Amino acid sequence: MDLHRLVDDLIVDTKGGVFSSSSIGLFLPELVLCGTIVLLLLVRLFDNRQQISLFWVSLVATGVALWLARPFGLADGGGIPRVEIFTGMLVYDGFTVMIRSLLIGFAFLFLIFSRLSGIPDREDSADIYALVLGATVGLCLMVSSNHMLMIFMAVEMASVPSYVLAGMLKGRRTGSEAALKYAIYGAGAAGVMLYGISLLVGLIGSAHLPTMAVLLADKLPAFGNGELMVLSLGGLMIGVGLAFKLSAVPFHFWCPDVFHGACAEVNAFLSVASKAAALALLVRVAIGLGTVPPDSLKAGTELQVQAIYQQQTELADLPATTHLTSTVPAIIEQHAPSTRDESIAALSPVRTFIGRLIALFAIITCTFGNLAAYGQTNIKRLLAYSTIAHAGYMMMALAPVMVLAGMDAASAEQAVAGLVIYIVVYLFMNLGAFAVVAFLRNTLGSEEISGYRGLIKTSPGITICFCMMLFSLVGLPPLAGFLGKFAIFASLAEGYASAGQNYLMVLLIVGGINTAISLFYYLRVVKVMVMEDAPDPLPASLSLTRSPGGLFVLLLTAPTALLMINWEMLSTYATSAARYLIQNIS
Amino acid sequence: MATFFLSLIVFGPALAALVLALWPGTTDEEHQSRRDDLFRIVTLIVTICVFALTMLVFFVLPETQFNDTSAAMQSTFNADWIPSFNIEYFMGVDGISLPLIVLTALISMLAMAASWSIKKHVKGYCILFLLLETGMLGVFMALDFFLFYVFWEVMLLPMYFLIGIWGGPRREYAALKFFLYTLVGSVLMLIAILMLYFKSDLVVLYQEIDNDLQAQVVEMAEHGTTPPAFLRVEDSQDWKKMKISSRALKQTLAQVSAEKVSGTHRAVHTFNLLALAGIGQKTELYSPSWQRWAFLLLLIGFIIKVPSVPFHTWLPDAHVEAPTPISMILAGVLLKMGGYGIIRICYPICPHGGYDLAWLVCGLGAVSMVYGAFAALAQTDFKRLVAYSSVSHMGYVMLGLGVWSAASPEYVTDYWVQGISGAMFQMIGHGISSAGMFFMVGIVYDRVHHRNLAEFGGLYHKMPFYTAMSIGLFFAGLGLPGLCGFIGEVLVVLAVWNYSMVLAVIAASVVILTAGYILWCLQRVYLGAEYRGPHEEELTPVSTREKSIGCILLSLAILLGVFPYQTVLKYMDDTIEQQAGDLADWTEHVKEVPLLETQTEVPAITDPEASTAAPTEPLAAVAPVRPRPSDLTRAPPSSRGERSIPILAQSP
Repeated sequence: MDLHRLVDDLIVDTKGGVFSSSSIGLFLPELVLCGTIVLLLLVRLFDNRQQISLFWVSLVATGVALWLARPFGLADGGGIPRVEIFTGMLVYDGFTVMIRSLLIGFAFLFLIFSRLSGIPDREDSADIYALVLGATVGLCLMVSSNHMLMIFMAVEMASVPSYVLAGMLKGRRTGSEAALKYAIYGAGAAGVMLYGISLLVGLIGSAHLPTMAVLLADKLPAFGNGELMVLSLGGLMIGVGLAFKLSAVPFHFWCPDVFHGACAEVNAFLSVASKAAALALLVRVAIGLGTVPPDSLKAGTELQVQAIYQQQTELADLPATTHLTSTVPAIIEQHAPSTRDESIAALSPVRTFIGRLIALFAIITCTFGNLAAYGQTNIKRLLAYSTIAHAGYMMMALAPVMVLAGMDAASAEQAVAGLVIYIVVYLFMNLGAFAVVAFLRNTLGSEEISGYRGLIKTSPGITICFCMMLFSLVGLPPLAGFLGKFAIFASLAEGYASAGQNYLMVLLIVGGINTAISLFYYLRVVKVMVMEDAPDPLPASLSLTRSPGGLFVLLLTAPTALLMINWEMLSTYATSAARYLIQNIS
Repeated sequence: MATFFLSLIVFGPALAALVLALWPGTTDEEHQSRRDDLFRIVTLIVTICVFALTMLVFFVLPETQFNDTSAAMQSTFNADWIPSFNIEYFMGVDGISLPLIVLTALISMLAMAASWSIKKHVKGYCILFLLLETGMLGVFMALDFFLFYVFWEVMLLPMYFLIGIWGGPRREYAALKFFLYTLVGSVLMLIAILMLYFKSDLVVLYQEIDNDLQAQVVEMAEHGTTPPAFLRVEDSQDWKKMKISSRALKQTLAQVSAEKVSGTHRAVHTFNLLALAGIGQKTELYSPSWQRWAFLLLLIGFIIKVPSVPFHTWLPDAHVEAPTPISMILAGVLLKMGGYGIIRICYPICPHGGYDLAWLVCGLGAVSMVYGAFAALAQTDFKRLVAYSSVSHMGYVMLGLGVWSAASPEYVTDYWVQGISGAMFQMIGHGISSAGMFFMVGIVYDRVHHRNLAEFGGLYHKMPFYTAMSIGLFFAGLGLPGLCGFIGEVLVVLAVWNYSMVLAVIAASVVILTAGYILWCLQRVYLGAEYRGPHEEELTPVSTREKSIGCILLSLAILLGVFPYQTVLKYMDDTIEQQAGDLADWTEHVKEVPLLETQTEVPAITDPEASTAAPTEPLAAVAPVRPRPSDLTRAPPSSRGERSIPILAQSP
């Protein structure tokens, strides 16, 4: 391959003969967000009298980005075939589209929310909107990353704005403390993760996830004890980085403190968007290393199926000069499907390792989060631990994915779909819960649970909505939280029924028991609001239908309460989002 | 039509609750009480309408009228709800659920009429009450396991708030305890549901029934009867009985043909309770140990609701703290859901579990009866006494359901049918009598604001009419012949005799204990020279509203006691016989075959066929193609044999 050919390929890949399928065409939502960030910063230079509302600028930009993310392409349940863009650094498929749309959609809701709760003032609104959009771009990159370096960069790009957001309330000691803690923990975790990446990449010889999987499958049988040790160590260290983002126990220490110190709006962002992206990244890494990805389409051309994975013999035969292809994966002709199946079969020990590791983390995280939440008196701390517990439930979904991936690709994808359902539902109920906390803070001036005494007297509508959110977080039907739990428990049961792996049953039982434990502390909040007497004199009230905040809460409660009536559409979206993560196009 | 009417019965109360919720509130003190009355009246009218509609739909309208000579599920409809998980909106009514549905509608109506003592937050109370009614009716009508589970849980939240807000001094504790117990039970149930779902496969069931049909065609051919040229599974009684929706059927057929052509098999899972029962009884998809686990998980979920010892401790607390109407609902309807779940779900779907763990169910039933009765004897709180009597009475239900008295050598189901009928009747009878007893306690509590048995006495002189009603209802609870409590108890005790004489003796002697605590309680509360407790001046005669509720309950107690067959048993007989017959066939062909095989070395039975459509006696007697070991020991026409209709007799 000569240089011209390479450059031509690169141009086609980036700009493409067919723009809509080229790298840039598929990357438009992120580009729009990036452009908006620059615009937000520039506008302030020229707009001395601050006549341009930065809120509307960012809201419109987010709306456009959401539209460009094309979520409705998933409506038919058919899925979107995998396209590797920017020479394999990122991947575009149904999963990318779904989670990216969710994240941008969340950013949209978040902008409205922060505007309504009055956090960004005229002075610093540009900073806040720029930070939120910047973090969103980072999260979108996490979701679509296909390369170890990209993973690291995306995680950092999402984290750094989050550190600043945590300390957004200037001049408040708790806020600064939270930001500092978060930044230090984050830096440590990032360092460990980078070290893990270097170990893995050094051992396997590539940083491109699909190539890594193929090479790993090839090399695994020949590995000695020492190499296996390095391999698992590398895997564990990457796990640490991800666990930090997920706030999984034992890397959760930052979470309650940061949530306590930062304002409720930022908590909502950290607990929903950050977590959703971290889970999506976990799916990418686990599936990326545990299986060989399906055939990929070539970006920038008429979409035609071409195999992405490298035949190991060909790789070995390549002359040293063109070894560029190991970082820029060659797009080669499709070869016999048997090679892929063999590779997937060879990766079985990797899947077992990842599956059990995640299951262990999930059990500890879920149980610890629920138990620790019990003693909290501050609502934000309580919700922080609840977030930790929910991360545990969501991580559980990965175990059946790993178990089923080698046996029944469709069922494994269905398990990922279960996780997607959970994330969607979680977005509404957790954002809703934090929205109530924020609006009540503005009204009552308290974030202590005891401050909510007798709330049903003064603000009945808000209280009922908050109760629904909390019961939804427990996972009680007919509220939407049950759907997420049902979907994840269902995939655990399916994994157990078809593979007979006992630890899936253990996960199922632990999940069930945790549901019952979690009832205690959510119910305590409900009890304080509904069954205790209001303080005298009565505190200020917050109307559900006559205040913009109340309407926003109502908007988020509606899907939580009504999704049960028909969630087939959600299920279809989730199924088609997970399509072609493992199954080949055929 | 069925779709519309059944949905209306179930969701009517929820719609009314929505309307009430949107009704503007008022802060004006003066209007408050008038508005409260309005809310109560509207809610009462809604519950009356639901009851009237229930009666109208099941007993009057020709299209949906309940046919008491058919054992099948009636007025069914399925519609796809969530196709990606094969979840259907599937409801129907049969002889087991119909009496409970009517009971629910009736008790809800009476409990609402008894709700005039609720003074605070009336609007919230009415909304939650109506939501509760939706949940209860839904549980009894749902035939899709997912739908059933959703209704089962929907009931939890309103109940928590109804106890927790309108209850007595320790209401928060009692409400939390109720919530937690039930939630643990339902989480276990969810695990079992998922296990059963993912092991289920309509394709295998289809092929199993197909094998049965082919075997019978061969059998008929050998005996000179002309077999039909072509017989489809879809036309067979066995398949039709399960009311598989057309979509699931299409999916199954596609799979069956795909399997024939290319050998690929993808399971068609289902939440259809009837199909799951078919899978449990006819196929080997659920292995015996798997069934035992599922049975146990489901059983724990249900006996928490019944409640049975050792999961009963939430009940006395909940009852004591709950306001009177909610106690009536709790005792009259909610406890029955446990029994209903056992009979509708545990036994048909997990027969291995039912057969192997019959001792557990019966044992728990007997222990509950004895323990509940002794505990009731020891109470000093009037309401707690009645609560423990519920534990004791629901023990009869467990015992009646538990007896697997259709085992070898005869596989006669008569006793078993009797046991299940007894249990079902006990549920209905207890629903009436315990709701009445709690209402009676509520009347006196509303007046004197205490329930201490030691401080009562002499109510007879102050409130003669009330005392008469009370004595009637308490006697019904006692199980006096001629009242509703008697029939269920006697049927259960008679049925148990065949299964275990020891248990029967225990069950019979509990009647003495029951008589003990009820009579002692009547003596302490109503008899005696004069009332010595606080608030004597408030012991006013019962109002017309209270009188009419009490009289309705009392007259029903008498009616059910005098005409048990015409009022209740008539409707449930056929369904119960069929279910017991199915399970007896299953016992004969699956459970006890291995035992006999070792003795007589009969060739292995290839498919565990357990259809009701067993061959008629003459056919089987000549020379069965597939030797059935049990034919050797089988008694001449049993009740089951006469009832069964061969499939082929109905086909062209």
